[in-house]
Amino acid sequence: MSYSEKVVDHYENPRNVGSMDNEAGEVGTGLVGAPACGDVMRLQIKVGDNGIIEDAKFKTFGCGSAIASSSLVTEWVKGKTLDEASNIKNTDIAEELALPPVKIHCSVLAEDAIKAAIDDYKTKHGEAADSEAS
Amino acid sequence: MGVNTQEKPVYLDYQATTPTDPRVVEVMLPYFTEKFGNPHSRNHAYGWDAEEAVEDARKQVADIIGANSKEIIFTSGATESNNLAIKGVAQFYKNKRNHIITVVTEHKCVLDTCRHLEQDGFEITYLGVKENGLIDLDELKAAMTDKTVLVSVMAVNNEIGVIQPLKEIGEICRANKTFFHTDAAQAVGKIPLDVEEMNIDLMSISGHKIYGPMGIGALYVRRRPRVRIVAQINGGGQERGMRSGTLAPALCVGLGKACEIAKEEMAEENERLHDLQMHMWNRFKEELPEVYLNGDLEKRIPGNLNVSYAFVEGEGLMMGIKDLAVSSGSACTSASLEPSYVLRALGVEEELAHTSLRLGIGRFTTKEEVDYATDRIIKEVQRLREMSPLFEMAQQGIDIKSIQWAEH
Repeated sequence: MSYSEKVVDHYENPRNVGSMDNEAGEVGTGLVGAPACGDVMRLQIKVGDNGIIEDAKFKTFGCGSAIASSSLVTEWVKGKTLDEASNIKNTDIAEELALPPVKIHCSVLAEDAIKAAIDDYKTKHGEAADSEAS
Repeated sequence: MGVNTQEKPVYLDYQATTPTDPRVVEVMLPYFTEKFGNPHSRNHAYGWDAEEAVEDARKQVADIIGANSKEIIFTSGATESNNLAIKGVAQFYKNKRNHIITVVTEHKCVLDTCRHLEQDGFEITYLGVKENGLIDLDELKAAMTDKTVLVSVMAVNNEIGVIQPLKEIGEICRANKTFFHTDAAQAVGKIPLDVEEMNIDLMSISGHKIYGPMGIGALYVRRRPRVRIVAQINGGGQERGMRSGTLAPALCVGLGKACEIAKEEMAEENERLHDLQMHMWNRFKEELPEVYLNGDLEKRIPGNLNVSYAFVEGEGLMMGIKDLAVSSGSACTSASLEPSYVLRALGVEEELAHTSLRLGIGRFTTKEEVDYATDRIIKEVQRLREMSPLFEMAQQGIDIKSIQWAEH
């Protein structure tokens, strides 16, 4: 399989790899996928008092496209409000990375990871989570 | 001494195919040009020369498995040989016996052939394997009935390199008057094979797995006691009526020469490869935590390692080692998300099966290449583990199985 230049770039130079404190109030964590399916993404966001995502970190178990998709979304969510971030669509990710059809599920997983992280943050802050991570 | 990977990746996929040995190519060449005759032409020297070359090659193929050259049929490769052996026997004896036993870890061409026969009314038993990849002989005995016409068990597995107990299987089959077929594509020239000692009735052989050309293989069909098969390709009645079609003398000569070389060099070559194999495996074990060998270490050809690098997905790993030509146990490379059915049959859990690489070494693999590849794999596994949430959880003592994962 040949990968797009952008996928290769994110794979070789992944942005924002790392971990944040799960328990911290300003951190929201999304853990999606399953080891048995060969993909697990963990996306963490740090939200400022103004409701804007200040920082994002990821760790991913998966193929190059999964790593690239999660690396890309850490860049995209930074500086966005939670609402703006939750509007990121898997199709945007797939298009940006030129993912082939068999790799679309990687972008779907990345979108799920954003939503799961936002939900986790909102739950911590007593807001009803408004979307279910699938 | 370094390894030049500027131009081509280091080839570590010897179970997929092997380069044709230059000594093989050399003896083949004249049969494309000046010795171009049809081996079935009986009326002139062109035909006689080609026929003689084909018969010499047949003898070379027979010699490496302890057979008589009259028992060797040339085919297009092991897939055709497996089809011919299994369908041929099944169809010939169908009125007397209609049960076939095979194994879940067989090559797809055996499994698919058996599925096909199932649709035609044959009964097939698919034996499972033990954790080490080998069949349980008691299970084989228990599966045998007076209707069992054929047992088909591969000699060496293409993914995990394990060697099945051929002699014991042969004994069990002979005692039940059941024919024993073995797909020996990965075994010829890698382990000693003797059709008499092992009571093998039919054996599939491949050219390109043993440094011969692609597009040729052979089927051994026992003559005493005689095994009858129904031809699958009809025509001029070549190959004793079992496989019609004009033989390709160049390819036959190539397969013969490949067998001759393999027979001569096997002992010494196996020792060299075993050293490389163990060097590689020991380094993985010493330098990386949580690596697992799939398949038995002892009952294994020296040219194969199949390793799970826990917490690192195989396709992701392959992308990081683009300068190595290897194959992954994770089927993410194909459209399906199912990991290797062979690894699953060993009981390797899906999450671990997704982290596997098959490393195949062979005649032209050097110590330098093995060292280079080992360094590269270790480095990349370490890099990707730093990026893996599963590795982090494992280090924190979190049991990955305790988490409710959303299967997708």
